[in-house]
Parts: sequence; C-alpha cells; structure tokens
Amino acid sequence: MTSLSLALAHSLPEVTLALGALSLLMLGVFFAKDGRDWIISELAIVVLGLAFLQLFLGIGPKVVVWDGAFVDDTYGRFMKGLALIGSLVTLILSMDYMRREKIDQFEFPVLVLLATLGMLMLISAQNLMALYLGLELMSLALYVIAAFHRDNVRASEAGLKYFALGALSSGMMLYGASLLYGFAGTVSFEGLAAAIKGHATVGVVFGLVFVLAGLAFKMSVVPFHMWTPDVYEGAPTPVTAFFASAAKMAAVAITVRIIMTAFPGVTAQWQQIIIFIAILSMALGSFAAIGQTNIKRLMAYSSIGHMGFALVGLAAGTQQGVQGVLVYMAIYLVMTLGTFAGILSMRVGDTYVEKISDLSGLARTNGPMAFFLAAMMLSLAGIPPLAGFFAKWYVFNAAIQANLYPLAVIGVLSSVVACFYYLRIVKVMYFDEAAAKFARPSMAVSAVLMFASLLIVFFAFWPAPLDAAAAAAAKSLF
Amino acid sequence: MFGFGILSGLIVLPLIGAAFILLLRGDDEATKRNARWAALITTFVTFALSIYAWQLFDTKSASFQLVEQMGWVNAGLSYKLGVDGISMPFVLLTTFLMPFCIAASWVSISNRVKEYMVAFLVLETLMIGVFCALDLVLFYVFFEAGLIPMFLIIGVWGGKRRIYASFKFFLYTLLGSLLMLLAIMAMYGVAGTTDITTLLKTSFPLSMQKWLWLAFFASFAVKMPMWPVHTWLPDAHVEAPTAGSVILAGILLKMGGYGFLRFSLPMFPDASQYFAPLVWTLSVVAIIYTSLVAMVQEDMKKLIAYSSVAHMGFVTMGLFAMNAQGVQGAIFQMVSHGLVSGALFLCVGVVYDRIHTRDIAAYGGLVQRMPIYAVVFMVFTMANVGLPGTSGFVGEFLTLLGVFNANSWVALFATTGVILSAAYALYLYRRIIFGVFDKPALQGIMDLDKREIAILAPLLVLTIYYGVHPGPILDACAASVDLLVKNYDAALAATKTAALAR
Repeated sequence: MTSLSLALAHSLPEVTLALGALSLLMLGVFFAKDGRDWIISELAIVVLGLAFLQLFLGIGPKVVVWDGAFVDDTYGRFMKGLALIGSLVTLILSMDYMRREKIDQFEFPVLVLLATLGMLMLISAQNLMALYLGLELMSLALYVIAAFHRDNVRASEAGLKYFALGALSSGMMLYGASLLYGFAGTVSFEGLAAAIKGHATVGVVFGLVFVLAGLAFKMSVVPFHMWTPDVYEGAPTPVTAFFASAAKMAAVAITVRIIMTAFPGVTAQWQQIIIFIAILSMALGSFAAIGQTNIKRLMAYSSIGHMGFALVGLAAGTQQGVQGVLVYMAIYLVMTLGTFAGILSMRVGDTYVEKISDLSGLARTNGPMAFFLAAMMLSLAGIPPLAGFFAKWYVFNAAIQANLYPLAVIGVLSSVVACFYYLRIVKVMYFDEAAAKFARPSMAVSAVLMFASLLIVFFAFWPAPLDAAAAAAAKSLF
Repeated sequence: MFGFGILSGLIVLPLIGAAFILLLRGDDEATKRNARWAALITTFVTFALSIYAWQLFDTKSASFQLVEQMGWVNAGLSYKLGVDGISMPFVLLTTFLMPFCIAASWVSISNRVKEYMVAFLVLETLMIGVFCALDLVLFYVFFEAGLIPMFLIIGVWGGKRRIYASFKFFLYTLLGSLLMLLAIMAMYGVAGTTDITTLLKTSFPLSMQKWLWLAFFASFAVKMPMWPVHTWLPDAHVEAPTAGSVILAGILLKMGGYGFLRFSLPMFPDASQYFAPLVWTLSVVAIIYTSLVAMVQEDMKKLIAYSSVAHMGFVTMGLFAMNAQGVQGAIFQMVSHGLVSGALFLCVGVVYDRIHTRDIAAYGGLVQRMPIYAVVFMVFTMANVGLPGTSGFVGEFLTLLGVFNANSWVALFATTGVILSAAYALYLYRRIIFGVFDKPALQGIMDLDKREIAILAPLLVLTIYYGVHPGPILDACAASVDLLVKNYDAALAATKTAALAR
C-alpha cells in the first residue's frame, strides 16, 4: 500500500466526516427549502454512524501516519467512539427541539459534523500543530452553534462569551506551544518527551502550564470554568448536551494523550497541576451546584465536578489511572446524554421549561420518566449499583494505588456534598406535590432517555466488556 | 441453574416479584390488592427457599457453604456468594421478617402501593445480598444500594419531617461508607483481589491495619449506630412507616454488627485489639446515655429507637470482647433484637393505625379495651428489658459474660444499662397500657384483629422459644465463631512474637 492510501485508510472516519460535511452543506444550500433542515439531520446521523462503524475496521494497536501528525491507536479509537456517540445522539435529540423552537436550519447538522471532525482530529493529534488544528476546527464550530438561536438574547450572550473566552484560551495555548517548541526544538509529542527527559527547564514547565490552561478551558475545570454555567444555560439544550458530551470527550482525550506521551519526563510538575485542578473542580462542582434552581445550570456545575473526578484518575499517572479515566468518560457520556434527554422531555405545552421545581411530583404524573431521571441522578451521585459508582471506583482506585490518599479522601467527601443536590432532584420528583404535567416528548427523546437509563441500571450485571475495552485502550498509550 | 446456586435464587426471587408488580397496570383497588398479594407471596416463597438453604447448611462446618462464583468485572472482582455460621442467621432473619413487613403495611399504606411493595422487595434483595456476598466490592454494592429504597420509603411514605429524616439517613450513612470504600481500594491494592476468603487469609501491616480499621469503623459505627453518630436513627425511625422501622431496626442495623464480624475483627485483628477500649467506651456510653435519653422521650417510636441504640451497644461491646461467649452473645443479641424491636415497632404501628399519633401522652389505660394487645406488648417489653425466659436475656447475659472475662469494669458499667432499660421500658408500658382510661379519642379503640394477631403471634412465640431454648442460633454460629476467635488469637500471638523477635 502506498503511504497516501495507508494514511487515508487509517483516517477513514475523519475522511468520511469531512466528505460528508461538505456534501451535506452543498445539498443543503441547493436543495433545502428556505434553509430548513429538510433531511440533512437524518443524513448527518447516517454519516456519523458510518464513521462510528469504520472505527471497528481499525487494525493494529498503534500506527502513526500523515508525517507523524496523526496517530491511529486503540486509545484513539475508544475515545473517538465516545465522541461519535455523543454527536450522533445529540443530533437525534436536537431534531424535535430545533423544529419546535423554529431554528431547524440545515447548517446545524453540518456544523455538528465539522465540530465532530475537529474532535476526531484532536483525539488523534500526535504533535502540537495537529492538536491546535483539531482544537480550532472543533471550537469554531462550537462557537457558532452556541449562538445558534440567534434571536434569543441568552443564546447570543452565551455564544459571544464562549467565543471571547475561547479565543483567550487558544491564545494561551498557542503561547505555551511556542514555548515548548522553543525549548525542545520539536512539536511532535514523542520528540518532546525525548527532549524533555532529564532537562525539565523552566521554559518547558511554563509551556506545559500554558498548554494545560488551554486544555483545562475546553474541559471546563476550575479555574477555567467560568464560561460553563452561562453557556450551558444560554445555549439551546441540544447544543448544551453536545458540549457536555462529545466536546468533553475530545478535550479529556487529548489532555490524557499529551500528558502521557509528551510529558512523562516532568511527571512531578504536571501531577501537581492536575491534582490541584481536580480538587478545585470537585469542590466547586459540589458546593456551587447546591444553590442552583435551573437544571441546565446545575448540570454545568455537575459537569465541572465530574471532570474533577475524571482527572483524579489522570493524576494517578498510571495505566490503571488512564483506564479509569476511559471508563469514567464512557459512563459519564451515557449519564449526560440520558440526563439531557430528560431535560429535553421537560416541556409544558409548547414551551420548554428548565427549572428544577418544574419536575415536582413527576413520579405521579409520569412514573417511568421519573424513574429514569432518578436513576441518572443517583448514578451521577455515584451510588451503587448504578454505573456511576463503577466509574468512581476506577478513578479512585487508581488514585489509592498511586498513594494519592488526600486526593481520594477529598474526592469522596465532595461526592457526599454533591450527592445532596442530586438527591434533591429525586426528592422533588418523588416526595413533592405534582406540578404541571409535561407534554409527551418525541419518540426519539424518550428512547434515548430510556436506553441510557437501562444501560446505567443494568451496567452492574455485565461490566466486563467496558473494563476490557478500556484496559486495551489504556495499554496502547503506554 | 445456569451455574447459579441457591443463594442467587434468594437474591433474584424478590426482584422477580418486584418486576411482576411493576407490570401491573392501573391504580384501582384491585391492582393494589394484587400488588400486596404478589409481594406477600414473593416474600413467603423467598422465606421458604431460605429454609431450604438452611436445610442444606452444615452447622458443624466453619467454612463457607453454598458457594458460587462467576466472573464479574475483571480478574480481581468476581461475583461470589456463600454463607457461613455468622451470615446464615442474618439471611434467615431477613427473609423471616419480610412477610411481616408486607403484612403490616396491608392497610396502613394506601397510596402508591405498587411502588411501596417494589421498594420493599428490592430492599430485601439487597439485604440478602449483603449477608451472602463473598466479594468485598459486591458486598459494598449491596450495602450501599440499600440506601436508595430506604431513602424512598422514608421520604415518600414517612411522617411530617420525612424529608429531613431521609436526607439525614442517606448522607450520614453515605459519608461513612465512602471512607470504607477507600479502605476497600487500599486492601485491593495489597491483595490484588477483593475475594473475602482470600482477604481473610491476608495479613495487613500493622500501621495500615489501623487506618483500614478506622475507615471500616466509620461505616459500621454509623450503620450500627454507635454513640455519638447515632443521631440519624431516631429521626429515621420516627418518620419511617411502621414496616420501614421494622426493617431498619431488624436488619439494617445488623449490617454494622455483621460488618465488624466479617471484616474488622478477622481482617484487622491487631487494630481491633488496639481499638477495643475505644469501642468499649463508646458502647458503655451508648448503653447508659441513650437509656437515660430514652427515659424522657415523649414519642413512642423515638423511645424504642433510643433503646435500639442502647441494645446495639451490648452488641459492639460483646463483639470486641473477642471471646466465644461475647461474640456468640452479640450474634444472638442481634437476632433477638431483630425480632423484639421489630415486634415493638409493629406494636406501636397497631395503635398508630388507630389513633394516628405516637405521642405517649395521648394514650393511657389501653388494657381496658385492648387486653390481647396489652399481653402481647408486655411480652415484647419484657424481652426488651432482658427478662430471663425471653430471648433478650440470653444475648445480654452472654455479652456481659464475655466482656466480664475481657474487662470487668466495662461489664460493671454496662450492667447498669440493664436496670435503666427496665426503667424506661416499664415506664413506657405503664403510661400506655395502664393508668386512667379517660381519653375521649381512645373510647372506641378496638383490640387486635385477626391480621394483627397473625403478624404478632409468630414473633411472640419465637421470642419466648429462643428465650428458653437458645440452642438453634448458638449452635448455628458456634463453629464459625470458634474459628474466628481462634484465628484472632493466633494473629495476635503472631504479632507479639514478631514484636519480641525484633
């Protein structure tokens, strides 16, 4: 096989997405009436599904192509799978919402495809250039869809805020990348690792800090989390689901990859940064969410806390820790998508509501939905036998095996605090008097909610496949 | 069947019943009746199966029996079940008490009956799982998952301050358990597995043992509950519906004692020895202090709740005496307390269903209209006091004997608790059953009906039967307890030799 076709073969999902996005754009421009969605969303779902299936064609634990810029490995395929699931489900969730809110333009699925393409490139990035390229492709598409409801003040504000802060973080990241290049003389992750080993100069550490700051912004962890609550609240709900699911997968994936492949020589330095942001995120995510009344805002703080928990696994810096992060992200993805499907089912008449009190007495008006949402909340709180418990087991176990006892203790303590506000939602649904009944959600939304909850509830019966897949993926990174 | 054994059957059966009830449609009286009957039949079948398991169980052997194992998460964490002489009595206690809980809720629970029954059946599954699990993580999953149905039971069907009580119950217990979870991870790091049979043979370094012991203690002391972390219990008891209180007092509290027996004592013998004075002190404080607190309660359920804390003090005290009498007495005391306090809560439920208040001052002279009730309540009160001839006596006597052999001062102080328990229990009895019968609300009160007699009679018989013939329970756990004590002494001796050799 020639090197070009080899490279194409290893980046087949990306190629599919790129071609799909471009042709759907053309299709939309020339055939969709009044710029309406027409069947573009459905086709985009097909494209994403195709890309997902192509992941399973991947062979070999690790192949580097495109002149060392792109790596195709088990780790990447695992995280790409998660990101693709996130995008695909987001589109499924969005169709009904967009139509009702009258913002069902064909650009939305195309932008989602482009953002997803950026995520996949980001996950597979093997040098700083590719990293930045993927990151910007993802971010620019995300800025636009955050403000997709352009007649809505909140959404425009969210988009603008996200853009301004995002640009700042990109700048920091570029600055860090240039420092790294200046001190190490290379942009490739493996080259960096070789150059840094034993020569951890101040410049390299500065570069590391700035790059991590940029990535922390995308993961929305403290102290770069300020945009999260506003953007989550302001953006259209399916877009929020997209931010919370697929975008998080990509950001975490590249953070783990760059730390594990480029910075093993400065473990002491990055480890204290990660521990610091993990502790702050867990604490802030737990305490700040207590006072929230808007469920999207609450989910924003909850996601900050969950990123903190995931980073506990990364802080361990071991293969077991990476496996923990992978399991955590997989389970978190399902929980997030399920919860947002629940939020999208909160509709009274023709208006979507998003206050926690709107859920009052849901157990009486809509028993199954209350049960599914309660399962989500308890799983987010990490109560066994739900899947969220196993996610926490993996990351905290890795931290304990790496002797990070204080981190683990702070982690479980903040998870008790966090448990309070998840329980409050269960309380509102089960103990309180019934509020207005929700309108019947669309089939797709109910199906996502139900499917996600069943996965969460029954995960405990058969956790071995995820364990094995995550173990294989983590192994390929070392 | 499919490689699963009888214990899996015990765990799955209530779930099948719950699934069946979930499939029932409609909200009319007929559906409610079907749900009640389905739950009752399920619990009876489960009880019958547990009796069958008991027949297969060899009480002479100290090893784990009816063991079954399957792959679960990975090489270290497996699905492994088994029972020995320590866990078998608790399995039977659980399956035995469940039908009474369902029957006791027959009339008093009239809204959301289906959900109620499902919650109870799921809870039964989880409780049986706790006592059967032979994998530490599996144990933790069952142990912790039990919070969810109990949270709902208190919160949905509870009294006025149900929300406060349910949150307090949940968060209190969760905090303790999560520290234990970290300890489990640390043990996994040492042993490479969470198989309990392997962990029982693993010896942990002394410095680590102390931390592990404290982490486990945090969980079990809250669950027990021991003074000073008992404050969730009176709230939870008072607000829970009658059957919830029965399960809480009868089974959930026993998980703490079971945890000490299964993990703390055999796995961390040196730390247990080191911390035994702490446990004794807390137990004695619990026995004396909570008995005094019980004396001034105005609420019947609260009084019984505080008396539960005092009785659990005897259990922890006996456990950490770490001799055969003390441990056997503790196990017996737990089983007996499960029957007696469960029955006492049922008795309170009887009058609560009629008058809808738990205020002691609202009653008086009930013997005039309710002679049968007075007799039944008297037997359980006496058992609660620990009168010879009732099951309460055997447990208290054995634990006191055990602890006397270990430390006579502890026994001396604890014995005053027996006197105090007589004081508050008899005082309660006098205020409710005797006295002037002049309250207008009580004039039309009816004596026990057939259903209530059917619920209380078996408990009454067992309380007296075990009081005069404690053999069955003591024999069941004898072999396992002997092994536990033997290993414990051997481990302490080994540590001593190692210390001398240095």
